[in-house]
Amino acid sequence: MITTALHITIAMVTLAVLLNVYRLIKGPDAPDRILALDTLYVNAIALIILLGIALGTRLYMEAALLIAVMGFVGTVAMAKYLKRGSVIE
Amino acid sequence: MSPIAEYLIAGLLLIGGAFTLIGAIGLARMPDFYTRLHAPTKATTVGVGAIMLASISYSSYQGAGIDTAELLITVFLFMTAPVSANILAKSAMHLGVKHMPETRGKPWDQ
Amino acid sequence: MLARIGLPQPFLSLVLFLVWQLLSDGISGGSVVMGAILAWALPLLTRGFWPERPAIVKGWLLPLYVLRVLLDIVVASLAVARLVLGTRKPRPAFISYPISLEHPLAITMLASTISLTPGTVSADVSDDQRLLLIHALDVDDEQEVIDAIRQRYEKPLQEIFQ
Repeated sequence: MITTALHITIAMVTLAVLLNVYRLIKGPDAPDRILALDTLYVNAIALIILLGIALGTRLYMEAALLIAVMGFVGTVAMAKYLKRGSVIE
Repeated sequence: MSPIAEYLIAGLLLIGGAFTLIGAIGLARMPDFYTRLHAPTKATTVGVGAIMLASISYSSYQGAGIDTAELLITVFLFMTAPVSANILAKSAMHLGVKHMPETRGKPWDQ
Repeated sequence: MLARIGLPQPFLSLVLFLVWQLLSDGISGGSVVMGAILAWALPLLTRGFWPERPAIVKGWLLPLYVLRVLLDIVVASLAVARLVLGTRKPRPAFISYPISLEHPLAITMLASTISLTPGTVSADVSDDQRLLLIHALDVDDEQEVIDAIRQRYEKPLQEIFQ
C-alpha cells in the first residue's frame, strides 16, 4: 500500500514541478521567477526524499540537506541583487 | 510493519503530495505577484513537512533508527520560508511590481 | 562568567553543538569533540555580527508558542488551499501593523510567524521599527486582522521577551 501511495505522491510532486517551471518561464517579472525557483528547490527536496523512500536508501539525505541550505542562500542572494544591485555591500 | 503504521505513512505521503501540488497550482493560478507569494510559503512548506514526517516514520519502522537529517531539513525549511518570502516581497515592492487593482491599501517605499 | 572562558553566547553554543550531533552519523567521540570545537569557535568568530542579545525572560513559554504556531500553520494551509482551488477571487490588502515589541529578534519572530500563518505575509518593517507592512490574501476587515495578530501572537511574544 505504501508503494501505491508513494507512486501517487511522486506523480503529484512531479506535476507541481511542472507547474513551477510554467511560472518560471512565464514570469512576468523577475521576482516571480525567483519565487518559482524557490518553490522548485523545495519541491526538488521532496522528490529526493521520496526517491530515498522508494529505493530504501539513506544516501540521498545529505544531498537534500545541501539543496535546502544552498537553495535558501541562492534565493536570498538573487532577491538582494534585485533590490540593491549587489549581493555583498 | 503493522497496518496502522502503513495507513499512517501512506496518509502522510498523500497529504504531503497534495499540499505540494496545491502550492504549485496557487503559484501558477493566482493573479498577481503578492497573492502568488502566499501559496508556496504556506502550502509547500506544510507539504514538504508532511513528506519528511512520512520519511522519518518509515525509516524508524524499518528499524534503521530515526535519521536526524530529515528533522534538520524540516526545521530549516520552516525557518527559511518566511525569510525568503519577506525578502522577495521587499524586492518586488522596490521594483514596483504591479498588484491587482482590487488590492486595498498601498505598499510604502522608504 | 561564561563569557570569560570564551562562551559569549551559551545558548547559541548549545544549539551549534546539538545541530552538529544531528548532522553527523550518530553520536561518537569524534562528533562530540568536533561539536565542542565548533560550539566554542563559531560564536567567537561571529561575535561582531550579532546584534545585542534580547533578554529572554520566560524561555519556557517558547515551546508553547511554537506548538500554537505549528497548529496555525496547518489551519492556514487549509485556508489557502481552499482559496487556490476555489473559483472565488481573493480580496487582497496591504495592512500597516503597529508593532509594540522592541527587540529586533522579537520583531523577526513576529514577522516570520505572520508569514507562516493564515493568509498573511509580512512584507516590510519601517526603518524606525514601529510599523510592519503585511500583505493579506483574503480579508473583509483590516482591523480584524490586526486585532487577531495582536491577541494571538504579539501578546505571547511580549511575555517571552521583556
